Amino acid sequence: MRSIIVDDEASARAIVAELCKTIPDMEVRAEFPNALEALKFLKDNQVDLIFLDIHMPKLTGIDFIETLQNPPKIVLTTSDKNFAIEAYEYPFIVDYLVKPISQERFQKCIVKLNAAFNQVLPFTSFGTKTDRDQELYINIDRRLIKLKFNDILLIEAKGDYIEIQTLDKRYRVHSTLKKIKDKLPESRFLQIHRSFIINFTQIVDIQDNSVLIEKSVIPISRSNRPELMQRLNLL
Amino acid sequence: MEHPNLDYIKEISGGNEVFEKKFLNIIQTEFPKEKEEYMENLESEKLDESAKIVHKIKHKLGILGLQEGYRLAIKYEEDLKYGDTKLQGQFHEILHTVEQFILKIA
Repeated sequence: MRSIIVDDEASARAIVAELCKTIPDMEVRAEFPNALEALKFLKDNQVDLIFLDIHMPKLTGIDFIETLQNPPKIVLTTSDKNFAIEAYEYPFIVDYLVKPISQERFQKCIVKLNAAFNQVLPFTSFGTKTDRDQELYINIDRRLIKLKFNDILLIEAKGDYIEIQTLDKRYRVHSTLKKIKDKLPESRFLQIHRSFIINFTQIVDIQDNSVLIEKSVIPISRSNRPELMQRLNLL
Repeated sequence: MEHPNLDYIKEISGGNEVFEKKFLNIIQTEFPKEKEEYMENLESEKLDESAKIVHKIKHKLGILGLQEGYRLAIKYEEDLKYGDTKLQGQFHEILHTVEQFILKIA
């Protein structure tokens, strides 16, 4: 993840840069004390993420955002708690960190970023498990069967039941789509239709209003399509 | 009265003494400049500008573990925007405390 830090306070830049060092695959390409210098850099360089202060002299963080034609993901860093609601009006703003930023809060921000980038990074420096290791147990004929999240392709609602399709089997479970949705990691699963949740890391392709997962063609509802498109790492 | 501490800096550094030293150097450079700028604006009665500097100083109070000071700075920053300076005395006491602390760790 290529990032830059834009903040007029050197101490704030130093803290974010230090926190970034604990994240594998996070590369801080440059730091800027004002938005104008950052804009110059972005003319010739691409980044995936900007840590951006809001209150800066001359050009504020919001002015800066407005000037970006293809904004990357942005994490706002500010001492002003009152700005949070306005911040989320911009779809590319992933998180809003209130200074001083704690390590714990920064870790949560990285989880959000991973979901936004549709990738899972291992947080080895914090010793946290990745969701790749996680699993779900389902009750079939009084037997608890372990399913790894990685192996689940999609889940379909069928009346009072749901059907879980894995790489090699289908399981029929007495439950609802809502219940299972709450148990699945958002970084990997997404409801794309009132009857379907998919593991979007298993998508083969997307055509018109349907998605191909393994050999199954799943409809995408109009209301769910924007979120799906936002989660994809589009070129 | 609460006292500044380095708990937050140590949490962020994870024991990296090089970072701690570098960071304290930054604070030692940045804080006096901000204080000077704040005082200049206050003396010129540019209270909006003073509020902007209080906003920055507030962050440093949080970094140095001054939770009460941080809360007071939030209120003072808002007050200044409306031309109210009644918390000035208390805020200046906090600035003095931070100044003393910075000198001590230099």
